[in-house]
Amino acid sequence: MDVYLPIANLSVNGLWIVALGGLTGILSGLFGVGGGFLTTPLLIFYGIPPTVAAASASTQVTGASVTGVLAHGGRGGVDYRMGAVMVAGGVIGSGFGALLFRFFRAIGQIDVVISALYVILLGTIGMLMAREAVQTLRGTANAQAARRRHHPLVASLPMRWRFYRSGLYISPLAPLVVGVAVGILTMLMGVGGGFILVPAMLYILGMSANVVVGTSLYNILFVTMATTMMHSLTTKAVDIVLVFLLLVGSVTGAQIGSQIAVKAKPEILRLILAAIVLMVAFRMFLGLFYQPDEIYTLYPL
Amino acid sequence: MLLLLAFAFALMGQRDPILVPEVSQHEVQVRQGFTGTELLLFGAVLDPQGRAAGSDYDIVVVLKGPSEPVRLREKERFAGVWINAASSDFRSVPSYFAVASSRPIGEIVDEKTAAIYEFGTDYIQLSPSGVIDPDEQARFKAGLVDLKTRQELYKQDFGGVQISEQVLYQSRISLPSNVSTGTYTAETFAVRDGRVIASALAEVEVRKVGFERLVAESSQEWSLIYGLLAVALSVGMGWAAGRLFALI
Repeated sequence: MDVYLPIANLSVNGLWIVALGGLTGILSGLFGVGGGFLTTPLLIFYGIPPTVAAASASTQVTGASVTGVLAHGGRGGVDYRMGAVMVAGGVIGSGFGALLFRFFRAIGQIDVVISALYVILLGTIGMLMAREAVQTLRGTANAQAARRRHHPLVASLPMRWRFYRSGLYISPLAPLVVGVAVGILTMLMGVGGGFILVPAMLYILGMSANVVVGTSLYNILFVTMATTMMHSLTTKAVDIVLVFLLLVGSVTGAQIGSQIAVKAKPEILRLILAAIVLMVAFRMFLGLFYQPDEIYTLYPL
Repeated sequence: MLLLLAFAFALMGQRDPILVPEVSQHEVQVRQGFTGTELLLFGAVLDPQGRAAGSDYDIVVVLKGPSEPVRLREKERFAGVWINAASSDFRSVPSYFAVASSRPIGEIVDEKTAAIYEFGTDYIQLSPSGVIDPDEQARFKAGLVDLKTRQELYKQDFGGVQISEQVLYQSRISLPSNVSTGTYTAETFAVRDGRVIASALAEVEVRKVGFERLVAESSQEWSLIYGLLAVALSVGMGWAAGRLFALI
């Protein structure tokens, strides 16, 4: 089924795009991550221009996270106060991200920056997740026991607020900074940032585990909305036809994923996610060091 | 067409051949399901007396898309990592370029003439600016042409023009789906004894129509509304899917 993408300016096989959306949808349903980290590189690999891929993937993540937010919100799994602070940070961050995007594009290093970010972030997080999953599977996770506490640096910040659902009494500056960082990454990498947010919430802020996934999705929902707007206004690279195709797959996939998630063992799931994340990181890593297919790239002036 | 005919007849007095070019379609519509198209460039070539003259002349057709200024960046290995290093600007790079001829160009004209009339992807005039060094210039140009060739946007087909019954010539040129929109020019040249002795021009308009045009234009001109619509679409679809699956 050939579909012409009016912004990307080329014709693609629509079924492939739907299947790709479905795959990332299953991931988001299973693990509570947006799946953007997989969509963007795969779209680029398929031949979609990188800017269009990043912009459209972030729009798709919005759709994939709506369902999750509704589900978690119903169970009281979203700390709206914490979420709102992070979203505020995320919006600021996506503004910064847009400036950085422009800057790196102007000096011609945007693709290198994106690849390097992928390698560093996905590599680190994939490794951490894999280690933790293996430890739990072997039953050697001893650190699990102690009550989760936030990073000492967070405690030293002034002006404390109460976040009841997270069980925290900390300065709003901490989640704000986390939000800004994720916002920047969302804009640059076309990812929702769930794979960074979840560990940050657990290990830096020390939020209670039952609100982490819901609040993360809540944040992703609004930050990807903001980045879609940023991209529409600055790069003008959101391809609504591409978004539609991705969404058809991903909203369906998300439902299937959450069905599986109920039945499967969480440690196994995390190990699989870690493996996927590491594979993407490794592929990107090779891309940096191997001679690229294209030595020359064109930029319209 | 009339103009071209008039032009062709005006040349008659100089004992030049008459060239009557035509293109199978003057408008290429880029709409949903567009996977590229094939243009048929055809026409008739007659000698000044109005007789069939196909055996006396070689025919070269050049189809060119709208030009745009671009910056070409070159990747280099830096501390093991491939990053963009040098760059060069070109002021007029045709977004599309295809040339076809009845015989290999080398047998028809000399290199100088080929360069003047852009007979071949090696001879495209790109108006480079910035880098002055000729070697570097040539390297960048070769890189650009190679890139565009692999995107199927630049092509040359020597032998792609068939001349039948000594009077009708025709050439098929394919446009891939990733072509830019704009006005394309199809130029036909009649060559004899290494000299271009007649040329004629036809135009092809490539444009997005219908929904594709609406999307492309609104993303540029009403980007705020376009962005809001994109957000609404994704939220709406996510929400609808949630409700739908809750029913099942």
